[in-house]
Amino acid sequence: MDFPAFDQTAPASAHASACSAGSCGSTAAQMNGLSDEVRRKVQNHPCYSEEAHHHFARMHAAVAPACNIQCNYCNRKYDCSNESRPGVVSELLTPEQAINKTLAVAAAIPQLSVLGIAGPGDPLANPERTFATFRGLAEKAPDLKLCLSTNGLVLPEQIDELAKYNIEHVTITINCVDPEVGAKIYPWIFWNNRRIRGRAAAKILIAQQQKGLEMLVARGILVKVNSVLIPGVNDQHLREVSRIVKAKGAFLHNVTPLIAEAEHGTFFGLMGQRSPRADELKALQDDCAGDMAMMRHCRQCRADAVGLLGEDRGAEFTLDKVAAMEIDHQAALERRLALRAKVAAELESKRARAATPGDPARQVIAWHRQPRAALGRSVLIAVASRGSGLINEHFGHAREFLVYEASEAGARLVGQRKTDLYCSGGETCGDGETVLDRTIRALAGCERVLCSKIGIEPWGRLEAAGIKPDGEHGMEPIEDAVMAVWREMLAAGLLATPVAGKRCA
Amino acid sequence: MALEIVESCVNCWACEPLCPNQAIYEAKPHFMVDANKCTECAGDFADAQCAAICPVEGAIVNERHEALNPPGSLTGISPARWAAVQAEIAAR
Repeated sequence: MDFPAFDQTAPASAHASACSAGSCGSTAAQMNGLSDEVRRKVQNHPCYSEEAHHHFARMHAAVAPACNIQCNYCNRKYDCSNESRPGVVSELLTPEQAINKTLAVAAAIPQLSVLGIAGPGDPLANPERTFATFRGLAEKAPDLKLCLSTNGLVLPEQIDELAKYNIEHVTITINCVDPEVGAKIYPWIFWNNRRIRGRAAAKILIAQQQKGLEMLVARGILVKVNSVLIPGVNDQHLREVSRIVKAKGAFLHNVTPLIAEAEHGTFFGLMGQRSPRADELKALQDDCAGDMAMMRHCRQCRADAVGLLGEDRGAEFTLDKVAAMEIDHQAALERRLALRAKVAAELESKRARAATPGDPARQVIAWHRQPRAALGRSVLIAVASRGSGLINEHFGHAREFLVYEASEAGARLVGQRKTDLYCSGGETCGDGETVLDRTIRALAGCERVLCSKIGIEPWGRLEAAGIKPDGEHGMEPIEDAVMAVWREMLAAGLLATPVAGKRCA
Repeated sequence: MALEIVESCVNCWACEPLCPNQAIYEAKPHFMVDANKCTECAGDFADAQCAAICPVEGAIVNERHEALNPPGSLTGISPARWAAVQAEIAAR
């Protein structure tokens, strides 16, 4: 294998050292591992900060329909209401429409902190539409963070323009650093007025992505790298990708599972390429976590998603509804700023509490740091939450569950499981499996599920499946409740056997 | 000598800015080519630009109604495979 794009002399990032920047330990510890500047930049960004994603909302403006590459996990058909996955939108917007919609959402949802452009094609393949949107919003809603997500093909050429709009964050999707692997993921790119195919195409794309990554880091723009985990294609290879992008200064690596169903009409979907299982995804994220900060809370949003991560309120803000709204933009801006100040104060006091050695919630960690056999094994605990960092969702209403790994070292978010499996399409998708069956399958590997309330029928079914429901911690902060449950299990003698050889991440 | 955009166009805008003759325009239900302006990029580019970036097989055809990107040429999904999977989905 050759890695033509990888410069061995590239400087290591200042904030990417070993475990300190990883997802080791608690969420607060993760944020503390980042430099002050990075922390300031991501503290209100739900996609970049695990902590922020409980409190802040994002929206994607679907202004960028054109694409300059083809990926085997994408097809260019829009507007499937049953699908919630990247690259799909219901309504393409002009820059002016996108600006008005964003202002309407920002007035109705004060948690909105981020406007991103992520497609449905590639933002930089639509530079005029993308930058017109950024220009208008920088003027009319200067408090919103602007970001974009790109395949990187023309990133080096667009970087001067991009830097004009005070964009602090860019996501590059990097699935490979080896053209042999790339040829299995990208059938073609459009480059210098030609369609280029196969290994030659992948080689150009990889070189441009790596160059773009280096240029962004050199300008102080935060770079997150997204990778799609495709079993049998790039699963082993992503460890190398993680190592390289970290060395070049990406501050976060987000490995997301391939979404591939035959109904989506993608190459992978039609060829029967399977998606990774939750345990495969977690194993890879755990392996890469030694290399750099890994993101575990990604929801693989649609390119027109609106709201907190995990929810999509796009239907409330269609063009005709936005046109009918009367909005006081100044009052809306003040509401957003007040909410941000309140959340910042809450998080700061939470961090201060966490740093106090006498705090009862942290005592387990303080007492047992000495090297010796672990008190008990780690446990996966699923949580139903509507946001704010609380256990505040009814089991039956949850469309997704956050999965925490609880151990002596604390509670650590390790992923999220969707209950509707990207499709709520009923009959067309029906294979006789009920929603509850699917939820139970999605929660495989978890031993507890915490929610505000739960009905009797699912309670019994879950228990039978070895996943004990727990409604005793409603409205409690997630991490406190998860650790309380872990300690209960420890006290009950349920955690006696540490799993041999399990890495302490 | 002119190309034509047909109904499988998904209105993705990729071709419109590339046309050296500004022959492509937004229309309903899909983009169109002004046959009086289209030169198939002769003299400007080796490949017709709209067909070189179009992501949809069959969406751009020549005067003989032949697809510049025939089935299977962009996605790698053969027409036989496509038909078999569609039949499988329909039978569920």
